[in-house]
Amino acid sequence: MSAPAAAGPAPAQPLARRLGPLGRFFDSDLWYSFRQSPVAMIAGAVAFVCIFGSLLASWIAPHDPFNLATLSLSNSFIPPIPMNGSEWAFPLGTDEQGRDMLSAIMYGGRLSLVVGFSAVLFATVVGVAIGLIAGYGGGTLDAVLMRVADVQLTFPAILIALVVDGIVSAALHELHEATEIYVIVFAIGISNWPQFARTVRGSTMVERGKEYVMAARVIGISGPRIMLTHILPNVLGPVLVIATINLAVAIVSEATLSFLGVGLPPTDPSLGTLINNGNSYLFSGQWWITVFPGAALVIMVLSINLLGDWLRDALNPRLK
Amino acid sequence: MALPEVPLPEVPLLEVPLLEVRELSVEFPTRRGVLKALDTVSFTIETGEVLGVVGESGAGKSLTGAAIIGLLERPGRISGGRILLEGRRIDTLSQEEMRRIRGRRIGAIFQDPLTTLNPLYTVGRQLAETMQVHLGISDAEARRRAVGWLEQVGIPAPAERIGAYPHEFSGGMRQRVVIALALCAEPQLVIADEPTTALDVSIQAQIITLIKRLAREHGTAMMLITHDMGVIAETADRVAVMYAGRIVELGPVRRVIRHPAHPYTDGLMASIPTLAGRLGRLTQIEGAMPRLSAIPPGCPFAPRCPKVFSRCTAERPELMAAGETAAACWLYAPASAEAAHV
Amino acid sequence: MSDVMAEFGGTDSVRVHSPGPLFEAEHVTRLFDVSSPWLQRIVGGEKRRMLRAVDDVSFTIATGTTLSLVGESGCGKSTMARLAVGLYAPSRGKIRFEGKLLAAARAEPGLRRRMNMIFQDPYASLNPRWRVARIIAEPIRAFGLLRSARAIAARVGELLLQVGLQPSDGEKYPHEFSGGQRQRISIARALSSEPEFLVCDEPTSALDVSVQAQILNLMRDLQRRLGLTYLFISHNLAVVRHMSDRLGVMYLGRIVEIGPAEEVFSAPRHPYTRMLLDAIPDLAQNRAQDQATSGRSRTPVAGEVPSPIAPPPGCTFHPRCPLANERCRRELPEYTASGATLVACHAVAEGRRAA
Repeated sequence: MSAPAAAGPAPAQPLARRLGPLGRFFDSDLWYSFRQSPVAMIAGAVAFVCIFGSLLASWIAPHDPFNLATLSLSNSFIPPIPMNGSEWAFPLGTDEQGRDMLSAIMYGGRLSLVVGFSAVLFATVVGVAIGLIAGYGGGTLDAVLMRVADVQLTFPAILIALVVDGIVSAALHELHEATEIYVIVFAIGISNWPQFARTVRGSTMVERGKEYVMAARVIGISGPRIMLTHILPNVLGPVLVIATINLAVAIVSEATLSFLGVGLPPTDPSLGTLINNGNSYLFSGQWWITVFPGAALVIMVLSINLLGDWLRDALNPRLK
Repeated sequence: MALPEVPLPEVPLLEVPLLEVRELSVEFPTRRGVLKALDTVSFTIETGEVLGVVGESGAGKSLTGAAIIGLLERPGRISGGRILLEGRRIDTLSQEEMRRIRGRRIGAIFQDPLTTLNPLYTVGRQLAETMQVHLGISDAEARRRAVGWLEQVGIPAPAERIGAYPHEFSGGMRQRVVIALALCAEPQLVIADEPTTALDVSIQAQIITLIKRLAREHGTAMMLITHDMGVIAETADRVAVMYAGRIVELGPVRRVIRHPAHPYTDGLMASIPTLAGRLGRLTQIEGAMPRLSAIPPGCPFAPRCPKVFSRCTAERPELMAAGETAAACWLYAPASAEAAHV
Repeated sequence: MSDVMAEFGGTDSVRVHSPGPLFEAEHVTRLFDVSSPWLQRIVGGEKRRMLRAVDDVSFTIATGTTLSLVGESGCGKSTMARLAVGLYAPSRGKIRFEGKLLAAARAEPGLRRRMNMIFQDPYASLNPRWRVARIIAEPIRAFGLLRSARAIAARVGELLLQVGLQPSDGEKYPHEFSGGQRQRISIARALSSEPEFLVCDEPTSALDVSVQAQILNLMRDLQRRLGLTYLFISHNLAVVRHMSDRLGVMYLGRIVEIGPAEEVFSAPRHPYTRMLLDAIPDLAQNRAQDQATSGRSRTPVAGEVPSPIAPPPGCTFHPRCPLANERCRRELPEYTASGATLVACHAVAEGRRAA
């Protein structure tokens, strides 16, 4: 007869809700739609394993491939399991210096992730700030900032990263070695801010016209305060999606730069450097030195991308 | 090129109401359970009659219209009851068959003229196309009739305006075009969902007059869905008052307005500010309409009803005779155990 | 209320009633530039186009009373609401709050605190990411009315009770409430700065009839209890009748009739006011005629509101006015007094009843 109704005046609080914010997350629509999507769950699991394995590399990697004391040239060029001559101690084989590929990949992955996260964080902060200012301020300020973004978007991001990297490295040439990683993060971050800025600008313009912003203006709250406390929480949704996909892009950018030789130094290699390094041995039979780092990169980036795709669809109110 | 007619039985019109809705129920399955949005709604519309369906937001009036015309949005679905057009069931028809009925037998006027009209086609083309599809007339004839329709709905210089695009009309004019579009295929029934709500007050009056006149002239029946009791008072012959997915009162308009039987209708009428009523505090109904997920057992209005008694929270009342109208209220329970349905 | 005032007992908590009206608008005009972008204008040889949203509007509001502005779309009432609260600045004319120019008054937190606004859309007027308690407390914090978190929480609870909600509702988010409840929250927020002057921009237009009755009753009670002054904007004359002491009818940015509400309702003078009143489907009217004849004793209004960008010359209402003559087409009417009401109409000034 009637819908499943509560007997009392208010429905009983489900257990998850009472557990606070974490509980609220697990009770939310987002988690529900995550459970409904097999792709999201698999991608999420894979990404989790990659990230987990990389970040804890120092503790869980079987060897330390960059500790010269533990390396021995007698271990070089061991092929991976299940090929002839492989050893269980080195499941994915070793490279020309006897470094264990699995460990190298874990350490390299860590570096790729650190650079990737930092670059995305940088791009997010810069892009969101510029987007908020452009969207809220409007007028000439908005026009100028967006034209800068437009111009930058006409160039491929990698090209911009290369140029920035080149200029800054030349400017800092003695400090080059020590600051290399910061330069890379800066270069990749700078090449990626426009997407954030444009999205945030659009959302900001929508929110600015809403009455809760007007209510704040009526009581005299200042512009910057309105932007930070009122508008920012409401425009962050799409930012999360862009950041996730951008993470994958940043990791690949770093790998590209390293592969081209202008990225991180080979003493502290990322996945890109490993791929570059192994490239010379690809056609002489020791294919695993480049293929495994490459595969690891692809798997990490693909899973993050799939997660980002799912997130975008899950957060899109129109598709519900 | 007309669509083939959906064959309807040869039943003399006088014996069967034009539209009969019997115990219609609509559900929405959500992940928190099934929500019953319409609960055994029953009413009829005779040929040429205007039935007003009034209620507040969430009462289910728009859903009723959508269900009849076959445009229920997923995941909503009809979970019970039947809808009969001239004696023949239409709720079980396929999408294709329903498409033929829409326009030819049942027309629709929605609230927002901007989204009803296709912005890319001229007004004349939309009218002509509708008529050609449903009436199977020639291009020239359709064009001629389109101009005639624009004139009937009061658009000045119709022969020139036939080539204009929707955005070139003002809000009130656009709504007139929508009315023409709804009536041009000469349907027997028009479902109008809040046709005047988005318009200015002075335009509202014009549109109401127009709708009434055209309905009478063409013998079209109408189901007029609105939250505005004033519009109902002006236009409808009978009115159905909806609350929480059910009809709580059904009867002739003047009777329901002057002597509402159901306590909700009574409270509703008293809370409407008017130009002639006494000044001072408006009568208010305490509380709010229950959410679909929390409809109380028994009569859904019981928690807010000033005349509630024990039977109200125990059993759900069906529509029963209450003087000249019918009300779903135990106050009107006949002495015998059997309740009469309207 | 009194314990709150005792808590900070400063000078600006004491209401100084100056002899003049609380709020005054003097020949206020507001223009908007709706020209095409600069490049397009140059290339297309187009002129600048200005929209006169509000045109030479003057009125006063006495303390403790309600002035309503009614009109249809494009009449400028919403713009006037925003001008009244300082969100826009007038292009011409002056606005005064307690005798001081509005811009100067708003620069002083002590004065700015005393005016606030309630908005039309209950869904867009509350920040969806903030809890209700934080939303209501924002003005309290912004004006430094209370300092300790405990005092603020207590005050928020008080305000929620005052508008008919529960103190525990402060922990929830706006989406957990219905439209009517959200409007109550908006009212609580507007009241938290202890204002004397509230601009209400169609506060019940988006609400159901029975909810509207609750909100209107609440607003009347609050006005009586707290001595509030309202500028009430609406398109619904029946609602306005229940709320107003004085009433101004606007058409295309100008006030065409303004006076005590009873007078305007019982004896409308301006043809537009008459048309508006006629156009309202009146339930209380005793209709003897049969529905089937579809007769109606009133005449529906002719025509539609013209675009405010290119208003007709002379009296802007003349294309739709049954009493329009040659003078109406040329000359803008001045205000004539008729009883306690001011009317801007040549026909009324000349005592005419026909064109």
